[in-house]
Amino acid sequence: MKHYLTTIIFCVSLCLSLAVHATPEIQHWVTDNGARVYFVEAPEIPILDVRFVFDAGSSRDGLETGLAQLTSSLLGEGAGEFDANVFKEMVADTGAMFSTGALRDMAWISLRSLADKKYLAPALALMESVLSKPRFDDDTVQRRKANTLVRIKQEKQSPSAIASKAFYKALYDKHPYAAEMSGTEASVTALSRDNIVSFHRKYYVAKNATIAIVGAVTTEQAKKIATQLSKGIAAGKPAPPLPAVGSLAAASSEHVEFPSIQSHIKIGQPGIKRGDPDYFPLLVGNHVLGGGGLVSILFDEIRDKRGLSYSVNSHFTPMAELGPFTASLQTDNSQVEEAISVLREQISKFVSDGPTPQALEAAKQNLIGGFPLRIASNSKILEYLGMIGFYRLPLDYLTTFPDHVAEVTADDVRTAFQRRLNPEKMVLVVVGRADTKDE
Amino acid sequence: MRQFASLLVICLLFPFNQAGAADRTHEYKLDNGLKLIVAEDHRAPVAVVQVWYRVGSSFEYDGITGVSHALEHMMFKGTEKIPSGKFSEIVSAQGGEENAFTSTDYTAYFQTWSADNVGLSFKLEADRMRNLVLSEAEFKNEIRVVLEERRLRTDDNPRALLGETARSIAYQTSPYRQPVIGWAADLQGMEIDDLRTWYSRWYAPNNATVVVVGDVVPGQVFALAKKHFGPLSSQSPKAPKNRPEVEQQGTKTVTVTSNKTRVPQLYMGYKVPVLNNALAQNSQYKEWEIYALDVLSGTLDGGPSARLPRELVREAKIAASVGADYSGASRLASLFSFSAAPSAEHTLEELKTAIIAQIERLKKEPPTVAELERIKTQVVADRIFQRDSMFYQGLIIGTLDSVGLDWRLNDKYVEKISAVTPEQVQAVAVKYLVPERLTIAKLLPRAGE
Repeated sequence: MKHYLTTIIFCVSLCLSLAVHATPEIQHWVTDNGARVYFVEAPEIPILDVRFVFDAGSSRDGLETGLAQLTSSLLGEGAGEFDANVFKEMVADTGAMFSTGALRDMAWISLRSLADKKYLAPALALMESVLSKPRFDDDTVQRRKANTLVRIKQEKQSPSAIASKAFYKALYDKHPYAAEMSGTEASVTALSRDNIVSFHRKYYVAKNATIAIVGAVTTEQAKKIATQLSKGIAAGKPAPPLPAVGSLAAASSEHVEFPSIQSHIKIGQPGIKRGDPDYFPLLVGNHVLGGGGLVSILFDEIRDKRGLSYSVNSHFTPMAELGPFTASLQTDNSQVEEAISVLREQISKFVSDGPTPQALEAAKQNLIGGFPLRIASNSKILEYLGMIGFYRLPLDYLTTFPDHVAEVTADDVRTAFQRRLNPEKMVLVVVGRADTKDE
Repeated sequence: MRQFASLLVICLLFPFNQAGAADRTHEYKLDNGLKLIVAEDHRAPVAVVQVWYRVGSSFEYDGITGVSHALEHMMFKGTEKIPSGKFSEIVSAQGGEENAFTSTDYTAYFQTWSADNVGLSFKLEADRMRNLVLSEAEFKNEIRVVLEERRLRTDDNPRALLGETARSIAYQTSPYRQPVIGWAADLQGMEIDDLRTWYSRWYAPNNATVVVVGDVVPGQVFALAKKHFGPLSSQSPKAPKNRPEVEQQGTKTVTVTSNKTRVPQLYMGYKVPVLNNALAQNSQYKEWEIYALDVLSGTLDGGPSARLPRELVREAKIAASVGADYSGASRLASLFSFSAAPSAEHTLEELKTAIIAQIERLKKEPPTVAELERIKTQVVADRIFQRDSMFYQGLIIGTLDSVGLDWRLNDKYVEKISAVTPEQVQAVAVKYLVPERLTIAKLLPRAGE
């Protein structure tokens, strides 16, 4: 393998230099009413992406579980003088793609349009009306509620959805992150138009918004677009900080009975926040443990050596407050104990020993060498802009990313894992049939 | 070794001064039959290399279903030069992303990484094209992984199980009746020799196309291809066994019940021709029919403004979700399908009646000019949006080529769709969306659970 080694070393240094050149230049400004704008000019393809990100995710639901996602789903259902049918036809006539969504931290409204003025102008006008004049028609609200109830039932058919809900509940207890994003049958049934209107009025405001723009427009045009789209939104106030996530008192283990052939297994703990000083050691370390696609300790031990699971991985999900560390796999019900024991053993071992020098180097090479891939399309850059703005990460986040990875040492990884993960206090959730062995 | 004329000038009905893919795409062929297609995209210093083999589940027969996909897994298990796991380590250490996928018609492998690594991709892929070890011990472990994959994707997923069952009923003789991942019993009984036979039969330069999209110079890529793939020996060509679908004689119906199901699901599939059928010599099908079927699908479900979401979800509120699906780009005749879940107040039966009523309406009155115009606008926009993803650009080229079509069709697509008239859409609805071509599959909760 000597031959490949020289190639590797040569290339990593080359990629590094390319990455520096290729990193997009982010322009940032604030609109008159307080929305923070992040723009990257990308003239190569005649398209434009605009995304509004609001601090209006499910963690803002309060007692009205499911409210954030229901509100978000109603934003494409008519605006201003146009009902849902007319609105959707008008969007289609521009050739644009319009979408909305909400997770625990953020809610977003996205538009991808051709940059040609003939199509862009009407697409932006529609986006503007969605932002400033959503309708929330009564019968549309009722329909989306009914369809949400069907979706909640469908989620109960899926062992992976059941596992994910039980996992968040066990990790976060009374914290807003514990709640089910789509809501429960009872909570969604109780939601009213008033709930939606007041949620929207409170959170879909300029000072609670990040605007990400990528595409074939000049800075001057981008400024006009940001102003046009945001001018009809009330300035409002930023959402207050979320409560801190409490630490787990003890390890827990939950089995959810479900008539599946495979059991879905999740194990983890509350992990890190966005902008956390431990982010890079944990990113690099987890790459070694279970984040590296087809090359990781978990992939090797669980899949390659034992054939226990098709998909096995671990990841940290940095959020506004401590997002989860999750390791997950799916295996035949009869193999659950073996799989859990290997999973636990490998996590414990990694927390106590950290990575080998070779594995650390390989992970760093992958993250640094693969950096240009992370920003190789407009849609990927847009994702980053939304994230940088929403979590108020430094503007040089992308430029300095490879350097931060390069600085990580094996000791950094080991001590960061030991600070953040305690193998004695893991939350375990298993969804599947428990009695298989007796059959 | 022939370089094809690559700078085809195709006049498109584009509202933009937009270069067609053909302007940036070059096709080459090596003496041993390997085809190379290179598309330039200089936005970032990266490239995707995809190696497409013209073999998939529709090449398989009873007893060995799933062998193409199982072989795809084993392609990561080493050659004499590159031991098991090393391939992925090399790719990973260079910052690469890699994976593979298998369909009814093809098996493809890819790496996305620095454009400087195209030569390394070629070196590694050329090695595993002919020199795979296929160890029995590795296989015995990996087939367990494949069985877990089957449980995850299909056995524990009622809606996927419905689709698998529906296809196995809709097709009587066509190999599209077999699931890509294979029947569980075939996977359990599979032997390493099945894979060895399959590998030596289909993995050869004359049964492969290499697609490269990225920050590359086509001539240099061609030189690298000659260097790495050039020395490989070709294989005597063999066509897959030809077993076309027999003519269906009436509507088929199947019910799947599952104790995991809480929301019923409906699947309906009509047997329809694809472009390959229409382009065959002395074909009974017309080329325009394929594009008309595409526009028909767009009329019913081309985005949120189309008829099915508008009338069944938003207006009549019979469906919680509904979609139509058709692609003319497959090797063999295919299905024009519908997939839908009823809203809480309605039954599968009502939903089925409502979908058929939509079809019948299109047979009586053609779609409006505005509807067709809207579909055309979306097709034009999609063609440009496509260019944001190198991987997707490669996927389109590779798919068209692998199913036996010319990748340049992608550039003609807008023109072909624009030429479809409302009456042609009506005509294909009348001709193909008929009870004699229909299979209905219902997913219901199991009684008593």
